[in-house]
Amino acid sequence: MAGHATKQIDAKTLWGGKISPFSTSYGKLMMWFFLISDALTFGGLLVAYGFTRHDYLGSWPIGEETFNSLPFLGHGYPLIYVALMTFILIVSSVTMVLAVEAGHRMDKRGVIRWMIATIVGGFFFVGSQAWEWSHFIHGSEFGKVELADGSLAIVKGHFGELENFTVEEAGSHHKKGDVITEDLMHEYQHAVELGQIENGYIHLHDGSKAKIAKKANEHMELIVKEKGGKYAIGKHIEGEEAAKMYEEVINSGEAGRVVYGANLQANEYGPQQYGQFFFFITGFHGFHVFSGVMINIMILIGVLRGVYHKRGHYEMVEKTGLYWHFVDLVWVFVFTFFYLV
Amino acid sequence: MERDDIIEYSLDGHHSEEAGVKIRKKIIFVTLLLTAITAIEVVCGMMIKQTSDYWTITKWFFIILTLVKAGYIVLVFMHLGDERKALKYVILIPYFVFMVYLIFILLTEGTAVGTTLGIYGS
Repeated sequence: MAGHATKQIDAKTLWGGKISPFSTSYGKLMMWFFLISDALTFGGLLVAYGFTRHDYLGSWPIGEETFNSLPFLGHGYPLIYVALMTFILIVSSVTMVLAVEAGHRMDKRGVIRWMIATIVGGFFFVGSQAWEWSHFIHGSEFGKVELADGSLAIVKGHFGELENFTVEEAGSHHKKGDVITEDLMHEYQHAVELGQIENGYIHLHDGSKAKIAKKANEHMELIVKEKGGKYAIGKHIEGEEAAKMYEEVINSGEAGRVVYGANLQANEYGPQQYGQFFFFITGFHGFHVFSGVMINIMILIGVLRGVYHKRGHYEMVEKTGLYWHFVDLVWVFVFTFFYLV
Repeated sequence: MERDDIIEYSLDGHHSEEAGVKIRKKIIFVTLLLTAITAIEVVCGMMIKQTSDYWTITKWFFIILTLVKAGYIVLVFMHLGDERKALKYVILIPYFVFMVYLIFILLTEGTAVGTTLGIYGS
């Protein structure tokens, strides 16, 4: 770019007052200072994450094991979804820089077009994050299990479909002989958590007891994440043995041996802090994206009303652009340190 | 009221149509580059497991690619590359010095705490 930034001015004039040694307007400089302080916040959060992770040595969850699902398609697509989110954010960053470029040519229509594209991209990103949070909170079909020796293992595999529950002992709601076909997964996981499944029978919440018709789980794999009396961290148990061990835990009738999904107390992916860091870091970033979209909408309204055109420059677009790119920049680091390594 | 003690820096960014064509070309190039880097990262992440012998190299590869991506975003998209040297260094140098220090000290400490808990129990 041409202008003062590239113009040679001798040092005496430059630092002697009146002229800015940085050759930028006040607003832009202050935006940079704000971004540095925000970068320190995010830097602090990611370093704190690194500290905790190093603290746990080998037992920390691995990105490609945790994030391997796609909407509508199920499991087996490691990292594809986050890559897609990264791509959405990069593209919306590009449309923003194109809006700034159009502003430099005083092309009002161009600014409007590209800013709308940026806002749409921002909404897409926030929406993707909502899906990811929902998926993270609900968890997998298997959950995390506590094995007989006290070790904790995450479970991979293909969950055999639940077909129905046939009531054998009546409760307050279901009669004997009823065949329940609705909301099976929810009932099943709820019963597993409370230890109300025993030898293929489920105790439903109305006090009835039903026989479970379920296809067998396939391609089972247990990966130990916290050591117990017998298994060390990182131990893989596969095939028949894994399926048998998993069934034993499910049918043990003991509460609290299986954890599904995530909350602030526990999660099925790893240590408690993992869930907390996930919610805080991606949540704080998502909050930034959301405020970025709101600021972009405000500036777009200004552009539509011709405020900046009358002013003779579109520097406000440039300043929000700085913020928006910063949000993209943070995501690049979150992507690497939370998902990749 | 017109003020003559302030230089209007806000107009410095303005450029012509011809310059705009060139700038847009650069933007497209950077977009493709960033997308390609992300694709490479994802493929490597899927292929090379953390238990692999090549994991340490892969990890550093990821970190370098991330810094390359960050560099392009800051210098091209945020136009820091076009600003005065003074502004560029005021923003980058203190931040980098502090972050490198913080990362080093906390990761070392984290490993030490983990080892201690491993030996003496938590």
